[in-house]
Amino acid sequence: MKEESLFESLLRRGVSRRDFMKFCTSMAATLALPTAFSAQIAEALEKKQKPYVVWLELSDCAGDSEAILRASRPTIGQLVLDVISLEYHETIMAPSGHSAEKSLQDVVKNHKGKYIAIVEGAIPLKDGGIYCTVGGRTALEIAKEVCGNAMATLAVGSCASFGGVAAAKPNPTQCVGVKEALPSATVVNLPGCPVNPENVTATVVHFLTFGALPALDKNHRPLFAYGKRIHDNCERRPHFDAGQFVKKWGDEGHRLGWCLYEVGCKGPQAYMNCPTIRYNEGTSWPVMAGHPCFACAMPQSWDALGPIYSRLPNVPGASYQATADKVGVAVVGAAAAGVAAHAIIRASTSKGKQEDK
Amino acid sequence: MAREYIWEVPVRVTHWVNVISILALSITGLYIGDPYAQGADEHSMLMGKMRFFHFIFAYIFIASLIVRVYWWFVGNKYARLDQFIPLSGERWKNLIDTALFYGFMKKDLPHSPGHTGLAGFTYFFLILLFVLEIITGFALYSQSHEGGAIWTLLGGWMLPVLGVGMVRFIHHVIMWLIAVFVIIHVYISVHNNIIEKNSLVMSIFNGYKNFQDRQHH
Ligand code: HEM
Ligand code: HEM
Ligand code: SF4
Repeated sequence: MKEESLFESLLRRGVSRRDFMKFCTSMAATLALPTAFSAQIAEALEKKQKPYVVWLELSDCAGDSEAILRASRPTIGQLVLDVISLEYHETIMAPSGHSAEKSLQDVVKNHKGKYIAIVEGAIPLKDGGIYCTVGGRTALEIAKEVCGNAMATLAVGSCASFGGVAAAKPNPTQCVGVKEALPSATVVNLPGCPVNPENVTATVVHFLTFGALPALDKNHRPLFAYGKRIHDNCERRPHFDAGQFVKKWGDEGHRLGWCLYEVGCKGPQAYMNCPTIRYNEGTSWPVMAGHPCFACAMPQSWDALGPIYSRLPNVPGASYQATADKVGVAVVGAAAAGVAAHAIIRASTSKGKQEDK
Repeated sequence: MAREYIWEVPVRVTHWVNVISILALSITGLYIGDPYAQGADEHSMLMGKMRFFHFIFAYIFIASLIVRVYWWFVGNKYARLDQFIPLSGERWKNLIDTALFYGFMKKDLPHSPGHTGLAGFTYFFLILLFVLEIITGFALYSQSHEGGAIWTLLGGWMLPVLGVGMVRFIHHVIMWLIAVFVIIHVYISVHNNIIEKNSLVMSIFNGYKNFQDRQHH
């Protein structure tokens, strides 16, 4: 039997040609390509055989799977992922136990070097990796085999990309992202907590259309999705520039949609396309919903960016809540008291000196 | 009594440019770090202006620092690098004697027509702090110019190493260290001016110091 193309499977699922073309145009936009490319995308999706994809869940919360399955009315983008990720996905596949593991083995054996591996979740390394095992094998063993033989690996979500919350200090299981665990594998990081399904779809579509992975940044993230700063595309940015800030949850400014900078927004430090693509079919994203961005898509966001709900990190090692500014004011006060004391001592001793003369 | 020309124009000009820049940088920086006032309306551009002036004064400050460092090598003998880093035994002795005098363990300040050994060495560390403040400043600046090679070179390289939180923390800590320096520095200037009657404070405006005849001490 001839393998189906993506377009053919979509047609079979009741997608109209018109909707298909709309999808191709929106993918071109997500990929930051001129609209003319939508024709090229359409052609590729119509002609090329759909890729084999396996989906691994390692040390994760299934949040990325959840994000992809979530919408009540599946979009074409989600259908695309659905259509292509049939081979193996622990959470949503029908087979279980040995027969499930067998379908994974089949893909790895029969389509070596030709399938795409999608990994969700971090890989624990401590004590030989025993803190995450599936079917008696460690996450590291599975990932080595599956990602090592894949054409490319998409690390979806912050845990698979950089270790995420699983790797936050003190990181008891010594979790790392896929690229760190398997430096030789071809990995595209698609961080986010959860990943934005649009970016997964767009990466796959880019791959099908151009036969190559999209351009990546130094953290192996596609530039089309992670090349722009959240703060520079945020709808609340005019309030930032105007100096209109939310001070407390539910205050006047919060109700008016002012900037969340003072309640800890990390938008100035985060690079992702949330403000333009948004989540759940373009419905919303955290800042739009009134919650500060916490830069989930940045490496070490838990440890390196400071507290989620305030701007300045605490003094390292201090057991109490002390920011550099609080300590600074105290130290300046002490210096002022010090020079005052010095002046008093000097005044009382130099009197004697003058009498000598 | 002798009157001598000590601080050349570039020394005095960079001094006061630094003072004004640091004041402006601290006021705007504190606002950027923790906005202490709300903009009047959506057109006020309050944060926009604070950031604008922070960056303008940052560049003025950097320019002034470059001029002053250049003057280490071409200025008069009171402006030279060897006044900042004590390499000779004589400068070390001056440094220690000055410290002992401030600690009430010596009766007189050692004769220092330029900076005392202690002042010079303190200014050297202060300039290191300035440089660190500039590097961390460029690191923060690089956030709005992701991938820009020049910004990465000037400071952006440290973001992945230390994390943005730590870089901002250091930028704040240095501001407070400079504030502590200023309190002690202004106090000592006035204090030495009174004790030595050498018009020290005026000297940083007009360049001239007076030296009292020391023989009868
Ligand atoms: C004495 C000198 C300076 C002082 C006291 C100072 C102070 C500050 C403070 C308190 C902040 C707030 C940090 C935060 O919480 O985000 C800040 C931000 C910043 N400073 Fe400075 N700064 C100084 C010099 C510089 C220099 C020389 C540069 C440039 C190269 C610079 C560039 C920046 C940048 C880019 C920011 C972040 C602005 C933003 O996030 O919008 N600063 N500064
Ligand atoms: C932000 C505030 C200030 C900073 C960072 C600062 C820094 C410095 C530095 C680096 C020098 C060495 C000059 C050189 O060789 O280039 C100096 C000298 C001097 N400053 Fe300041 N200064 C500040 C404020 C002031 C103020 C407000 C006064 C006024 C009382 C003052 C009085 C003097 C005097 C009299 C000298 C020359 C005497 C000496 O060698 O110690 N400074 N200052
Ligand atoms: S809400 Fe966050 S991302 Fe948006 S303008 Fe304010 S600080 Fe920037």
